[in-house]
Amino acid sequence: MAKKILIADDEQNIVISLEFLMKREGFTVCVANDGQEALDKVRSESPDLVLLDVMMPRKNGYEVCQEIRAEPALQGTRILMLTAKGRETEVTKGLAIGADAYMTKPFSTKELVAKVKSLLDMPA
Amino acid sequence: MTPKGRQALAVAAACGLVVAVLAGAGVAVWQDLAPDERELLEPILNPRLGLLIMIGLVGVGAAAVAMKAFAQAGIGGPALLADEIGLIVGTDPARRVKPSGSPELKRIAEAVNTLADQRRSLQEDVEARIHEARLSVEEERNRLAALMSELNQSVVVCNLDGRILLYNNRARLQFKALSDAPAASGGGGLIGLGRSIYTVFERSLIVHALESIQERIRRQSAQPVANFVTTTRAGQLLRVQMAPVLATAGEADAEPVVSGFVLMLDNITRNFEAETKRDQMLHTLTEGSRSSLANLRAAAEMLEYPDLDAELKDRFLKVIRDEVQGMSRRLDETANAFADSLKTRWPLDEMQGADLVAAAQRRVEKKLGLPTKLEDVDPTVWVKVDSFSLLQAIAYLASRLSDEFEVREVRFRLSSAGRLAHLDLIWSGQAMSTETVMAWELEPMSFAGESSPLTVRDVVARHDGEIWLQREKTQHRAFFRLLLPLAAPQEQVEAAVYLKGDSRPEYYDFDLFKRTEGGHVLDDRLLSELAFTVFDTETTGLEPSEGDEIIQIGATRIVNGKLLRSESFDQLVDPQRELSEASTKIHGITPGMLAGQPTMDTVLPAFHAFAEDTVLVAHNAAFDMRFLQIKEDRTGIRFEQPVLDTLLLSAVIHPSQESHRLEAICERMGVSVMGRHTAIGDAIVTGEVFLRMIPLLAEVGIRTLGDARRASEKTYYARVKY
Repeated sequence: MAKKILIADDEQNIVISLEFLMKREGFTVCVANDGQEALDKVRSESPDLVLLDVMMPRKNGYEVCQEIRAEPALQGTRILMLTAKGRETEVTKGLAIGADAYMTKPFSTKELVAKVKSLLDMPA
Repeated sequence: MTPKGRQALAVAAACGLVVAVLAGAGVAVWQDLAPDERELLEPILNPRLGLLIMIGLVGVGAAAVAMKAFAQAGIGGPALLADEIGLIVGTDPARRVKPSGSPELKRIAEAVNTLADQRRSLQEDVEARIHEARLSVEEERNRLAALMSELNQSVVVCNLDGRILLYNNRARLQFKALSDAPAASGGGGLIGLGRSIYTVFERSLIVHALESIQERIRRQSAQPVANFVTTTRAGQLLRVQMAPVLATAGEADAEPVVSGFVLMLDNITRNFEAETKRDQMLHTLTEGSRSSLANLRAAAEMLEYPDLDAELKDRFLKVIRDEVQGMSRRLDETANAFADSLKTRWPLDEMQGADLVAAAQRRVEKKLGLPTKLEDVDPTVWVKVDSFSLLQAIAYLASRLSDEFEVREVRFRLSSAGRLAHLDLIWSGQAMSTETVMAWELEPMSFAGESSPLTVRDVVARHDGEIWLQREKTQHRAFFRLLLPLAAPQEQVEAAVYLKGDSRPEYYDFDLFKRTEGGHVLDDRLLSELAFTVFDTETTGLEPSEGDEIIQIGATRIVNGKLLRSESFDQLVDPQRELSEASTKIHGITPGMLAGQPTMDTVLPAFHAFAEDTVLVAHNAAFDMRFLQIKEDRTGIRFEQPVLDTLLLSAVIHPSQESHRLEAICERMGVSVMGRHTAIGDAIVTGEVFLRMIPLLAEVGIRTLGDARRASEKTYYARVKY
């Protein structure tokens, strides 16, 4: 069965590319445009992995990440944070509150795919 | 016993002695005679008794005369000489003794005169030296004061109690900006000689800084200074550098003693705001660009997939177009916003454009002998310039115009447009070619014996400005236009501050170094060493209880026996009621002058702050105090400090005089009256009078504040109800 990926970002310009990319790699894809929607979709769709942007309206990526980690039922969800905040402190914070990996924008799509696959224990 | 008495006694004793000897001789001879001999002699002597007494009297007279002369030489002469010497010692060192009397006395007198001469010349020598030393100290102080007043940095010097001993004009202006009081006090509410620096800075902050300085001194640090940044009550951000004032210790190797401190202040509120803004811009630029770049890169990488259908391909291309546009827009915005802050890189001074033009005129005329004229110069334009290099560039361009194109006159014009100032250097006649202008701009400037490694281009770049040649064909003339950064206009308080006193303002008082609080009760302090606020008010009428109000408060300060005219308080007050014409005749204040003035609710706190830590002085103080006290309940502001009344003190000094009106006192004390019946004018006159009273009071034994208050209470006038 295809693994499911949730793309949580408010910027349509990146969502288009990510959606295409992930579908092309054979994943099932769903999209959320803000933090609250992301959280709702994590609960309803139970994705295997979330591509989570930090700067989002309603709830930011850190909040979403913390709430996911606080719910025992969602423990299996992998979280890959994507952000324009490239400072060391922010990377540290993201990993500390439970993100599985962290990628700073701009990133290479190939590396992103490799990272997603490794987080889902799939062969590259 | 007086010398005269002793002389009389000596004469009397001599007479007594003669009488006693003669009488003794007579009695002894009589006793020795046999009875028959007495009988034989008696008839012979009796008729001659008168003769015998005469002989006796002659003897007494002769003795008296002899004794008188002797006593004169031995007692009167020396006593007179002693008196004369006493006069020389005590009152008149120039007086000399007239040699008289015996030769011995004459020699003594001459010796005394010689000694007096020597003493006189010694005294003169000492006086001359003291005078010289004083002059040089005075000169040094004035030099220091002049130096400080020109400094571009705020400097405040305090003693260990935090009392201000010295400050410069810059500090005064800065404190004025810090004060939340109305402009009335001219910053005096916060800064002033003898005032406490702790009204501006937390005491603990200063104490901590002093401790770290002491520690550094102990560790023999080469630079025992402390730095801190603090916010003031008005929310301004100050960077403070503190350096110790070290007392000159007697021995060279003794540990230096800190006797005070110097504070150098920088208001960094604006810098800080600018930096914060710059940070924010940088932030939007970096983070915004990161996500745009991410979008771009992802879309570009998607486009590389060969299996893309046309629709998807279009969508990715649209993403790329979108993001490129967004990034360009953001870059433009940031570049514009940055333009201002980029300008500050070279330290530029803010100055009034008209001043710059005037300086340029002077320079061109003096250096090149080229006549100049002004066209429109906008006085509201302030520019941010490195005036030295800019003036050099202007003079250089003028010199080339004059040397190579025989221009006989240049004109200046100044205007502003947007964020830039336009400074034009205009001349009549042919315009030169663009190549020539280019050459002028790119050659190192050298003219009239001055040469600089800089070119006009460099100078213009330093201002982040531009320069070009423009022709006004209709008028057959051309001009160089210089674009310079504008600065926000500054208040021109500096000139006003200097105008207040005709001499240099009293911004320093080193005698305060010696002053320590030491828990003195004010009553025991000498009048001559207290700080006073001398004030006067003008009012709508005489009855505060019937609604009369203060319409003007004027005050000045006395510190260490000096009237500080430059630290004055002068404020009109809107009484919020009508003003009778009758009262206008007295004080000359019209309703129009009061419109828009602050009310008592804001003026009273400011005045209270101005008078803090001082003794209040006023003429007929009870009158003014009643007006202040009636506001106590409403404003919660109480004037609890001691009050002295020059009217009562005048009654103490001249109890027999009938009038103790201010004019009458001024006349008695030789104070020239000017500007009366304005509150500040009367306050200054009252202050002068009070200063002259202090020594007169001391003559009648009134030296401390307590003495003066007790004496005032006892005067007749104090018992009269106002």
